[in-house]
Amino acid sequence: MIYREAGQFKTSYAADQAVFPIVQDRVVVGAFLALAFVLPPALASEYWLQAVLIPFLVYAMATVGLNLLTGYAGQVSLGTGGFMAVGAYAAFKLTTGFPGLSILLVFVLAGVIAALVGIVFGLPSLRIKGFYLAVATLAAQFFLIWLFNKVGWFVNYASSGTITAPPRTVMGFMVTGPEATAAARYVVALGLVVVFGVVAKNLVRGRIGRSWMAIRDRDIAAEIIGVRPLRTKLLAFAISSFYCGIAGSMLVFLFLGSAETQAFDINQSFLVLFMVIIGGLGSILGSFLGAAFIVLTPIFLTNAPHWLGLDISVALQKQIEVMIFGGLIIFFLIVEPHGLARLWQIAKEKLRLWPFPH
Amino acid sequence: MTPAPPPALLEVAGVSVRFGAVQALDRVSLSVRRGEVIAIIGPNGAGKTTLLNVISGFYHPSEGHIRFEGRDRTRLAPYDVAALGIARTFQNVALFKGMSVLDNIMTGRLLKMKGSFLLDALYWGPAKAQELEHRAFVERIIDFLEIQAIRKTPAGRLPYGLQKRVELARALAAEPTLLLLDEPMAGMNVEEKEDMCRFILDVNREFGTTIALIEHDMSVVMDISDHVAALDYGRKIADGTPDEVRTDQAVIDAYLGVSHV
Amino acid sequence: MDLLYAVFVGPFRDMVTAPTFLAEVLIGGVAAGLMYSLVALGFVLIFKASGVFNFAQGAMVLFSALTLVGLMERGVPMVLALGLTIGVMVALAFAIERVVLRPLVNQEHIILFMATIGLNFFLEGLGEMVWGANVKRLDLGIPDESFMAAGILINKLEMAAAATAAILVGVLAVFFQSTKIGRALRAVADDHEAALSIGIPLRTIWVVVWSVAGLVALAAGIMWGAKSGVQFSLSLIALKALPVLILGGFTSVPGAIVGGLIIGTGEKIGEVYWGPLVGGAIENWFAYVVALAFLLVRPQGLFGEKIIERV
Repeated sequence: MIYREAGQFKTSYAADQAVFPIVQDRVVVGAFLALAFVLPPALASEYWLQAVLIPFLVYAMATVGLNLLTGYAGQVSLGTGGFMAVGAYAAFKLTTGFPGLSILLVFVLAGVIAALVGIVFGLPSLRIKGFYLAVATLAAQFFLIWLFNKVGWFVNYASSGTITAPPRTVMGFMVTGPEATAAARYVVALGLVVVFGVVAKNLVRGRIGRSWMAIRDRDIAAEIIGVRPLRTKLLAFAISSFYCGIAGSMLVFLFLGSAETQAFDINQSFLVLFMVIIGGLGSILGSFLGAAFIVLTPIFLTNAPHWLGLDISVALQKQIEVMIFGGLIIFFLIVEPHGLARLWQIAKEKLRLWPFPH
Repeated sequence: MTPAPPPALLEVAGVSVRFGAVQALDRVSLSVRRGEVIAIIGPNGAGKTTLLNVISGFYHPSEGHIRFEGRDRTRLAPYDVAALGIARTFQNVALFKGMSVLDNIMTGRLLKMKGSFLLDALYWGPAKAQELEHRAFVERIIDFLEIQAIRKTPAGRLPYGLQKRVELARALAAEPTLLLLDEPMAGMNVEEKEDMCRFILDVNREFGTTIALIEHDMSVVMDISDHVAALDYGRKIADGTPDEVRTDQAVIDAYLGVSHV
Repeated sequence: MDLLYAVFVGPFRDMVTAPTFLAEVLIGGVAAGLMYSLVALGFVLIFKASGVFNFAQGAMVLFSALTLVGLMERGVPMVLALGLTIGVMVALAFAIERVVLRPLVNQEHIILFMATIGLNFFLEGLGEMVWGANVKRLDLGIPDESFMAAGILINKLEMAAAATAAILVGVLAVFFQSTKIGRALRAVADDHEAALSIGIPLRTIWVVVWSVAGLVALAAGIMWGAKSGVQFSLSLIALKALPVLILGGFTSVPGAIVGGLIIGTGEKIGEVYWGPLVGGAIENWFAYVVALAFLLVRPQGLFGEKIIERV
C-alpha cells in the first residue's frame, strides 16, 4: 500500500539505470535533503549538531572512502586512519601557508594529496592480496602516524604537537575556528558529503565501479577480460584516500577544532572498517547507515542507562560499547554479510507488499 | 592456379609449457583459420585448458610462438590479449558473483569504454550517453541468448546452465574476433546442449566470429566443428576435419586406451 | 655526504667498536623475537588447522593473561589459577567454535578474518570489563634482574621466557610434523569439506586447535606480562606478530620462529643504531615496513608455499 510501484514502467534504459528509479524514492530523498540543509541549523541543539550530526557526516565521508576500496574493489585496508591524517595535516599546512585560499579548495587539495599518498601505499597491491595486503596497509598506518609525530614541520613546530584549525570563512560565514557556530560547520560538512556522495554513487554504477567489482570478485578473470589490474587497484586506492583525506580534514576543521596524531591511530582505522562492515560492504547507502550506527551507539549507551535509572561508569560504558561492536561484526557477518544496507532493502521489499505477507 | 590459402587467424607454433616437472604442453602447433569452428579434444589432463590459457596470455610458453592476425604476441599480458580481440569462457565459470547478470555482461564492454574520469564522476553528458549506448548493445546480446528474465539477478544465484550462458554473453559483449570456449556445455542436459550449439553456430555464422572450443561430447564436436585437433599428454596427436580425426588410430587409442604389453 | 656516512657507515662502526653492547642488543632482540614467535605460533596453529587467520590472537593473549592475574589478585594460588585459566581458555575455544566458526564454515577467508577482528574487540572489552583496566603486575617468582656472563649483561626473566618459548615451539613443530593428529590438522586446513568427507571430525579438531592456540596465547601472555605488566598494549603486540607471519609464512612453525627472530633482532638493532638518526621510535613501524618489502619480493614469505593460481 505504502510503497507501491505498480504502474511505474521504465521506458528507457536511462530510466532503468537511474539511481532512484521509483518516484516515491525520488520525492522522499529530495525532500529529505532539502530539509537536512534547513532544519538542523535552525532547530537542533548545539549538542545534537556537535555530538551527533557533524561526526556522522565526517565518518560517513571516511566510510564511503573505505567502502570504495574494500567493499567495491576488494582491497582490504587498515590504513584509513593514516590517510585521514594525511588529509588533515595537508589541509593544516596548506591553510596556514596560504591563508587566502578558500577553505573548501583547501579541503579538496588535501584530498588530492592524500590520494597521491594512497597511490604510493597502494602499489604493493599488485603483488599482494587479501590479508597480506591488510598487513601492508598497517605499515602505511604506523609509518604515517610516526612521521606526523616526529617531523615538527607538519605541526608548524608547535610544542604541543597538535594542529589547530584557524578561523576561515566561506561567503562571509565563519566556518572553522573557535568562532564558527556548529550550524555553520554542519552546513559545510553536509554540502561536502552530498557532493562527494553523489560522485561516489556515479562512480560505482559506471565503468569504474564495474571494473572494481570485477577485480574484487575474480581478479584473474577480470584481467583476461581486459581489466588492467594495477591501474584499477591504484585508482581505487587513490579515490578512497581522497575521500579519507577530506574526512580527515573535516575531522579537524569542522568537528574537533584541533587534534593530535592520536585522533588518527589504528583504532580509527578499525572503527571505520566496522562502519563499512556493519553498514554493508559494497554499498554507498550502507556506508551512511554504518556510520550512523557507530556514531549513535555511544550516544545511546551514555543516555540509555539514565533513562533506565541505572548508573554506569564511563569505563564500563566504553567496554560495553567495544563488546557490542565486536559482537555485532560477528553477528552481521554470519547473518547478513551485506549489512544494514541489505536489511534496508529487505524492509523495503516488505513495505512493497504490506499489508500482504508475501 | 589455386589461390594461396588465407593466412591463419591464429597460429600456435611449437609451444611448450612447463609447470615445474610437469610438461603441460609439448611443442604443440596449431593453425586456426578465420571464420572456422575448431574443436580441441583429448582426455583429461591432456593440456587443452593450458593451451587456451597460453593463447589468452595467462601463461607464457617456455618455447614457441603465438601469432595472431599475423603479428607475434607470445608474451603479452592477459589484458593486452583481450584488447586484441580474443575473448574466452572458463571451465569453472568465472562470473563475478557479486554483480547482476547485466553488470557482468557490461564488464565485457569495458575495453570498448573510453572514459573521462571527471565526466564519469558526474554521470553526465558523454559519460552517460556512452553508458546507455553500451547498455543497448548488451541488451541485444541478452535478446540473442534469451536471458532477458534474469537480467538483474545476482550471477551467483543462477543455476549452472544459465551461468554458462551468461559467461558466453560476457565474452560476446567484447565483440571478439576469436572466441575461446572452455567446455561450454559441461554439465548440461541434452536440451541445454542443443541451445548452446545453436547459439555457438549463430555467433559463428552471423558475426563471423572464429571459435575454438574444448569439448568432450563427440556428437557435438562432429556436428558443429569444421576442424578438430586432438591433444594427449600435452602433444598434438591429430589435426584435420572431424571425420579424419574420428577415424585416426592415435585418437582412438588415447580415448579408449591401448594396452602396452 | 654527512648523511650518507651517518646512515651507511656510522652505525656499523658503532657496532664493531662496542661488541659487548652489540651482543646485548642482539640478545635482547632474540628474546623479544622469541616472544613474538610465540604469539605468531598461535596464528600459525589456527591457520594451519582451519585456514582461518585469527586476528583475535592478540586479544587471546591479553585475555588469558588478564584472567590469570585477575584470579591471582583475588588470592587464588598460582598453580590453581593456572589450571583455571587453562580451563577458561578451553571453554573459550568451545564458545568460539560454536558461535563464530560453525556458522561461517566455508565462507571466504576474508569474511572469517573480519569476524576475528570483531572477536578481537569483543574479547578486549570483555576482559577489561571483568578484570578491570589498570595495569597488573604478574609475579612469576623469577626475578627481573640481570647477571653478567662473559662480560655481557643478560636478563634472567628474558632468558626464562626465551627458553620456554623455544621449548614450546619445538614441541609444536614435532607435533605437527609427526603425529596423526598433526596430519589431520593439515588436511583440514587444506579443504574443510574434503576433510569432513573422509571422516575427520571437523568440530573436535577446531576445538582442540583453538584450545592449544589459547594455551600458547596464555604462555605468551605470561611471558610478556611478567616482563612489562599485563595491560592493553599486549594486544598491540599481536599486531606485531603479523610481520613475523609474513616473513615466516602463515603455515610454517619453523617459519614463525625464524620470522620472529629476524623481526625481533632487526627491530632492536634498527632502533638502537639507526633510531637516533631520525628521532627514535622506529620500532613502531620498522617491522611492518620490513614485512612490506619482503612481500614485494617474495609474497609467500621465507617458508610459505608458493601460491599457484589456477583459472
